Amino acid sequence: MAALINVPSKAKRGDIIEIRTLTSHIMETGFRHTADGKLVPRDIITSFACRYNGTEIFRADLFPAIAANPYLSFFTVAKDSGKFEFEWIGDNGYSTTASASITVE
Amino acid sequence: NDKYPEEAFKQKNEADAIKALYGRTAEPSDKVKLDAPEIAENGGVVPISVTTSLDKVTSISFFVAENPNALAASYRIPEGTIPAVANRLKMAKTTRLTAIVEADGKLYSATKEVKVTVGGCGG
Repeated sequence: MAALINVPSKAKRGDIIEIRTLTSHIMETGFRHTADGKLVPRDIITSFACRYNGTEIFRADLFPAIAANPYLSFFTVAKDSGKFEFEWIGDNGYSTTASASITVE
Repeated sequence: NDKYPEEAFKQKNEADAIKALYGRTAEPSDKVKLDAPEIAENGGVVPISVTTSLDKVTSISFFVAENPNALAASYRIPEGTIPAVANRLKMAKTTRLTAIVEADGKLYSATKEVKVTVGGCGG
């Protein structure tokens, strides 16, 4: 499963930067039925976290009301050069990670 | 790290979900800016964002009143992170949408009515 991350590669110290993430995931709600009446079991991403040089800067608890292929955008302040690490955890043992680096001048 | 708020999610009703998640009620505030479309053609993907000028924000949550379970998403905002978040939600039908911002231990809310032409929950 792929994740798309958009983090500016460069920023000035103190700048507000936007971080955007898009993950490919079905986000099956658990409310739908198949044609023969069986309930389609829930399969969603339940949590997302972002760490900036090891410190957690954003965390999300997600529920079935999140649209398929979850998109998230949030903002932080560029402090130091380093790495953003992203982690998604979901039903049925779903887990994926991604990272992006930033140069702060 | 807090646990996944299973109890709050199980609540069908918006007020109960807010209570289960935060243990208190919110007051409306014009410092919470909720951006959502007036009409969503596809309830499966409704772009929603919230920003706030409040200080000491610790969390932001979204509730969709008419969904099977009202709680849609809950975001933790540690110190140093800007209190603004955008996501895409599913809506079963035309509904009231509520954003809750927790700031300095208090709850502030903004609501908006979203008309949905095709629902996003199936079934």
